[in-house]
Amino acid sequence: MLITINRLKAWLFTPALLLLSNAQAIAQEAERSSINMPIGVTPVSQDVYGLHMTMFWWCVAIGVVVFGVMFYSMIVHRKSNGAKASNFHDSLGLEITWTVLPFVILIIMAIPATSSLVKLYDTSESEVDVVITGYQWYWGYEYLDQDVKFFSRLSTPQEQIYNQAPKGENYLLEVDEPLVIPINKKVRFLVTSNDVIHAWWVPDLAVKRDAIPGYINESWARVEKPGTYRGVCAELCGKDHGFMPVVVKAVEQDEYDTWLTERREAAAKIRELAKKTFSLEELMAQGEEVYNKACVACHGVNGEGGVGKAIAGSPIATGDIAAHIDIIVNGSKNNPLMAAYKETLSEVDTAAVITYQRNAFGNNKGDVVQPIDILKFKQGK
Amino acid sequence: MIKNFWKDNSTPVLCVKLGATVIGMFIFAIFIMPPLYTLFCDITGLNGKTGGQYNIETKKGVDSFGVDTSREIKVQFIATNNETMPWEFKPIDKTVIVHPGEATVIKYYAHNPTDRAMIGQAVPSVVPYKAAGYFHKTECFCFNSQPLQAGESAELGLSFIVDIDIPKYVKTITLSYTLFDITGNSEENKISQNTVVPEVLQLVSIN
Amino acid sequence: MAHGPAKGFSRWLYTTNHKDIGSMYLWFSFAMFLLGGVFALVIRAELFEPGLQIVEPGFFNQMTTMHGLVMVFGAVMPAFVGLANWMIPMMVGAPDMALPRMNNWSFWILPFAFAMMVATLFMEGGGPNFGWTFYAPLSTTYAPPSVTFFIFAVHIMGASSIMGSINIIATILNMRAPGMTLMKMPLFVWTWLITAYLLIAVMPVLAGVVTMMLMDIHFGTSFFDAAGGGDPVLFQHVFWFFGHPEVYIMILPAFGIVSAIIPTFARKPLFGYSSMVYATASIAFLSFIVWAHHMFTVGLPIAGELFFMYATMLIAVPTGVKVFNWVTTMFKGSMTFETPMLFSIAFVILFTIGGFSGLMLAIAPADFQYHDTYFVVAHFHYVLVPGAIFSITAGVYYWLPKWCGNMYNETMGKVQFWLAFIGLNVTFFPMHFVGLAGMQRRVPDYNQFFADFNMISSMGAFLFGAAQLMLLYNVISTIVSGKKASDEVWEDPEGLEWTVPSPAPYHTFSTPPPIK
Repeated sequence: MLITINRLKAWLFTPALLLLSNAQAIAQEAERSSINMPIGVTPVSQDVYGLHMTMFWWCVAIGVVVFGVMFYSMIVHRKSNGAKASNFHDSLGLEITWTVLPFVILIIMAIPATSSLVKLYDTSESEVDVVITGYQWYWGYEYLDQDVKFFSRLSTPQEQIYNQAPKGENYLLEVDEPLVIPINKKVRFLVTSNDVIHAWWVPDLAVKRDAIPGYINESWARVEKPGTYRGVCAELCGKDHGFMPVVVKAVEQDEYDTWLTERREAAAKIRELAKKTFSLEELMAQGEEVYNKACVACHGVNGEGGVGKAIAGSPIATGDIAAHIDIIVNGSKNNPLMAAYKETLSEVDTAAVITYQRNAFGNNKGDVVQPIDILKFKQGK
Repeated sequence: MIKNFWKDNSTPVLCVKLGATVIGMFIFAIFIMPPLYTLFCDITGLNGKTGGQYNIETKKGVDSFGVDTSREIKVQFIATNNETMPWEFKPIDKTVIVHPGEATVIKYYAHNPTDRAMIGQAVPSVVPYKAAGYFHKTECFCFNSQPLQAGESAELGLSFIVDIDIPKYVKTITLSYTLFDITGNSEENKISQNTVVPEVLQLVSIN
Repeated sequence: MAHGPAKGFSRWLYTTNHKDIGSMYLWFSFAMFLLGGVFALVIRAELFEPGLQIVEPGFFNQMTTMHGLVMVFGAVMPAFVGLANWMIPMMVGAPDMALPRMNNWSFWILPFAFAMMVATLFMEGGGPNFGWTFYAPLSTTYAPPSVTFFIFAVHIMGASSIMGSINIIATILNMRAPGMTLMKMPLFVWTWLITAYLLIAVMPVLAGVVTMMLMDIHFGTSFFDAAGGGDPVLFQHVFWFFGHPEVYIMILPAFGIVSAIIPTFARKPLFGYSSMVYATASIAFLSFIVWAHHMFTVGLPIAGELFFMYATMLIAVPTGVKVFNWVTTMFKGSMTFETPMLFSIAFVILFTIGGFSGLMLAIAPADFQYHDTYFVVAHFHYVLVPGAIFSITAGVYYWLPKWCGNMYNETMGKVQFWLAFIGLNVTFFPMHFVGLAGMQRRVPDYNQFFADFNMISSMGAFLFGAAQLMLLYNVISTIVSGKKASDEVWEDPEGLEWTVPSPAPYHTFSTPPPIK
């Protein structure tokens, strides 16, 4: 609240601060501008920025002329100044001039726009292909021919969103697993969706593509500078549309290769773990972590329910194990809000969270569900 | 009393005309625009609707089978499940290199892990759009819906030819299939009565 | 029966008088304007600071959706129809609208449509939460159950608009006084004639698109469902085929109002009358071939993208002609700055700024950065708020003395103008900045990076809201206790409406007026 009041004061008493802070922002080119489009880190984004500024200055110039004439006559040709009204009301010459002149200006504007667009559409000869899938409300990334596939979700804690904790610098623009791409390589993005229409947007890459179910879209970027670039979902996709950011980490080729190898090893390890048997304590500890990541938003910190049904004493969490596994793996058949976690939770995580739900919140069933049970269930055995 | 001073009162006729325009535009929106859009997609390749019947032509630089061996095109396959679809669905061949004019067969794998019979429908989409019209499918599992019994798996065949007239700058074609669950909306009786799945088997055997 | 109106509620229920119906339209639209404004203030209150404070994201989406729908279909369109009802018969020298009974009907179905639509907010699953553009499949497969009521409400609104437009076209084409040729008609009549044709052409398309949704949801078709061979992108094509002409429907009558007011207060005839008519017609024509500029990022083939980019840029030409004509009308005039003139000048300036950002948005490569950000929100609010709301307000101040026979208080009018003007700019100008800096539309929460400008916007929004309450006060106090206005009201204004007494009698032009 105090911050709010201070900020209010700042705005109310020193409007000049606005100009000052913007001037500073522009001066430090490394900083992000708070009033203008980012120049970005790809040839296309720099192109687009140039185009944007050209258009802006054209508009300013036209505005100065039109508003100049208008304010001149508002000041000079006012009745209180004793101005007498003329009676002219037609001039073919003038009409033709101000039809033809804008037309010529438009052609001048259209030429660079066309060439930029052609560049933006040239997705051929890519070196890295990434399939991006939009989900309600997170992103899935798959590296074609690399056997690497993962999901990327908002990592901002609920407490920050509900103002119970101070907000971090990248509030709502941070994810658990960013998309990693190599610099100076043509990366092609193949964008599609699993449910409704989303749009994958990273301003610094000047890439915005709609993710449409049953439809594939492509775009590309060649990032020239290593760094972390943040974006968002740009198309209204339901309740948590504002909570599915995009984070792209552009790294050197070596680092990218190492990362790919690590990812593949980690995935192999998860597959390995799926066959291992865990103790109740291990599963409970892991399950609590998973619960707080995946379930807590709808089912409550103490399993008391909220948007979703209560877990504490629920007929599913205290009933048949197979039905419990089914609803988590395949989602609810009656309630679309209870999503399927088949793809987003590993076997270990699924087993852990089911074990946790069956033993926490006073459910105390004493059941232990092992990853292998989940694997078998998923394979339909 | 308001007098009818405006001569030549053609209001009723005008209203009929305007009313007809309204009805016409309504019909246009529902019955004309969707087919028009499909036509537009066919021409431009938007929507990834693929090309039609393919005729082998003998041209310069093409061998007797109509294959242009001087060019290679990378064809990538992607699979996406729509939200409510619990099946496992993936390409068995993820990438193939083909010559234009060469008939190629690849397979997708589908598995129904649930305890009920279901029907899936795969919807194709091709990028770049420019290539879509040059990508001809001769056999495809996406031509029909796919029923699978509980726990059943199938290999789904797709055979295609890339047109030899494909523009030179196209070096990669990406074909994506999104699998939708249409169990609820299509003939439910059919699966319950008909326990075998002849179509898929036939399709695979053809290929 | 050339006597006054009936008494009591039945006067309003059964009336076929264009002035009564016009007044009802205007009051109804003002009520909707306040309701849509309340929704907007909920949005702005939530966005005052980062974090979720007041509403949940799901309800926030219902607010953005309802704000858009209520403002477009409930506030702006009925207000223009109200002005048309009041003014068109008086401007062309007709005794009433051509189809008075249908006129009554087209008004009275509106309150039911909006009652149904607003009622969805209280239904299970909440009201429409998919944006006013209701893109499939968010509005079909993933919609709350109340979507069916939303569809019916849109059908009824569409029917009302279509009946209204048929009536307006018939009045303009068949009811003009002898000697009132087409090229002698005031521009407000001209712009409305073109608008009415646009409505006739595109409202059925809107009805069509919601009917297709209805069939997809309840009757198992799959127009927009890829699973059954449909295509969600088809929805956007059909919707924007309606949607783009729709935005011109909301701006063309405004051109007419401003073209009536500026000459009056510049004491100089409108410059380039015939070019104004042609420009309006070309804007209407172009509106049918630019729809896909709303869809640059959905993945159109490059040829399509270029076509829609060029066509969209072309709209700047006739729009520019209009702005130049207004400025030249003021040039070498003898200007005074009463409230209607202030609103009209603000209209020209701010609408031009909105036009500039529109031109920037037309550039397809740059649109990949602008699309679905607050820059777009800033753009269309700069076009629609000064465009539609300011011109309607200007029209109300301009014609109110003729309607009720009393003059409004000039000081109060000017105070209201400055409140609205400052409120508007404080609200919407910072949105350009946050949009360019990367804030997307339709989100209830944002990074602190955007906090300062959002706070300014929110404060401006409440100021703008207050300005509208003052408009209500000004109008009521004028009707109740304003000074008596003269028949001409202004200094030598152009138009037949000023030849009848103030207030305008219940029946005007029972015999055709002479036309100069």
